[in-house]
Amino acid sequence: MSDAVEAIAEARETRASGRAPRRRARREGHGAAPYLQAAPMALVFLIFFVLPLAATIVVSFWQYTQYSIEPAFTFQNYGDVFYGCLRDLPDLCTTFVTYLSTLKFCLIVWACTLTIGFTVAYFLAFHVHTLKVQVIFFLLCTIPFWTSIVIRMISWIPLLGRNGLVNQTLVGMGVIDTPLEGLLYSDFSVVLALTHLYTLFMVVPIFNSLMRIDRALIEAARDSGASGLQTLTAVIIPLARPGILIGSIFVVTVVMGDFLTIGIMGGQQIASVGKVIQTQMQFLQFPLAAANAVILLAAVLAGVWALLRLVDIRKEL
Amino acid sequence: MDTRPRSFYVLAGFFALFLLFLYGPMISVLVLSFQGPEGGLVFPMNGVSTHWFDKLWQGGGQVEIGGALRRSLKLALLVMVLTVTISVLAGLAFRRRFRGATLLLYVAIASLIVPSIVVSLGIALEFRLIDDAIKAIGMDLGIEWIQNDFVSALGPFSSGLGAHLTWTLPFGLLIMFAVFNRFDPAYEEAARDLGATPWQTFRHVTLPMIAPFLIGVAVFGFTLSWDELARSSQVMGADNTLPMQLAAKTTTVTDPEIYALGTATTGGSILLVIMMFTLASLLQRRRQRG
Repeated sequence: MSDAVEAIAEARETRASGRAPRRRARREGHGAAPYLQAAPMALVFLIFFVLPLAATIVVSFWQYTQYSIEPAFTFQNYGDVFYGCLRDLPDLCTTFVTYLSTLKFCLIVWACTLTIGFTVAYFLAFHVHTLKVQVIFFLLCTIPFWTSIVIRMISWIPLLGRNGLVNQTLVGMGVIDTPLEGLLYSDFSVVLALTHLYTLFMVVPIFNSLMRIDRALIEAARDSGASGLQTLTAVIIPLARPGILIGSIFVVTVVMGDFLTIGIMGGQQIASVGKVIQTQMQFLQFPLAAANAVILLAAVLAGVWALLRLVDIRKEL
Repeated sequence: MDTRPRSFYVLAGFFALFLLFLYGPMISVLVLSFQGPEGGLVFPMNGVSTHWFDKLWQGGGQVEIGGALRRSLKLALLVMVLTVTISVLAGLAFRRRFRGATLLLYVAIASLIVPSIVVSLGIALEFRLIDDAIKAIGMDLGIEWIQNDFVSALGPFSSGLGAHLTWTLPFGLLIMFAVFNRFDPAYEEAARDLGATPWQTFRHVTLPMIAPFLIGVAVFGFTLSWDELARSSQVMGADNTLPMQLAAKTTTVTDPEIYALGTATTGGSILLVIMMFTLASLLQRRRQRG
């Protein structure tokens, strides 16, 4: 992650300084101004992001009773989270099962959004030739984004429900005799809803990367005798990596921490890490929830780190 | 005129399917919100009416939204104003070198990546600790109103506002980067050479040039806050925002009133986006003429 951020910062700085070296030299004198200008944002992040994370880490070592939390330094909460995890092997404990289930959704949704997102971005970048049509198509893709995500989730009910449109159609066509039960409130509907919600976040960065590819490179590949598939795998996909990476980080981190979509579309029956934290909050088991949050945070950062290892982002930007 | 390759038609078909995938569910909700008074949650339509919109408007149905709607609107407007102001200021700061710039950028991007439930939990914990501290102080110093009336510092306009800002500000900052990367500082230099003070330069040169993009930031700030749910979940105290109210209703609602609400809010946000972008293009055109 640090690599990515530094790369962005560097790219930004070289661009800024390359354009206006004179301005910088002249402005260097106004010492306090940038600090005052950055202060409100720094303050908001300090109070509502950095300190809360610190509070979470601290409280994860505290003790709790039914109605209060007490300062302490105990690993009890972490022990409770992983209770029985080593003892019961090879059987999996609840925590491992929950993480595996979340990981499963992560991988499936990642594969779906990446495939669909890349194909759509490829179409928009290489087959739509005028800027105007590209903008129109993009607007078409983004309009649903302006709707509440809850509405976008419940809008599947009339389609997938027991008496929904899909079942009505299938029964009507005589494909099945009794309506399918597993369409709504199942793994399937969770994956469908997550893909529906987040594919756009794949399309935008991949499209951005594809648009930066020098078209002469593709011509050159074709002239050298590469087939369409070879051009795609040897030229286009490697050059689209930064976009694929940014989209992947977004989708993977969102799904890892998701509790709303899995909750609503899973009919509150499917476990996820986020949902465990939410439930523990409701029962006022704050230190336990904090320990779970710290573990989730570590898992997400590990996931981002693993994704970043796949490519050296500094070379790609 | 060259003929399109076959892959074009395959991909165009795929894109059309993608659009159908995006819009299909929304359209079904749109249609079903006009169910007749006897209609249910699924097709077929049982007559066509605006019954459910009337019911929503009059209140007293299954979906009680009055308070949550006003609260969400106020919060979203406040978040919008703060997001624009703070992002512009930070964007200006990032045009120069200052110590901690990279750290601030790190934190902003981390704020996007860290799962919302973790942020929400963290803010809730922080405010709980603050509550305990305030109550302890009230006890020690014998401050009457704290002992009697103080319940919690958690609320939509304290912790809730902060939670929303951790979500909108990174987007605002990234947009400002994109804006200032394409910004030609020659105009500002000209203004300064003509004797303008820094404030005059900003007010009469920089601000009019970036104004159309600020509308983009404002739209982002408003809609991200208006729809925010994950980060709101633990930090609103005793109050609910509209998305929270909606999410709570999903399991209990049995009539199409919720679809009517869906259609109404969707229509509202699309209208807002269209208005804002019209305003942006008007500003852009006026600037180009002037």
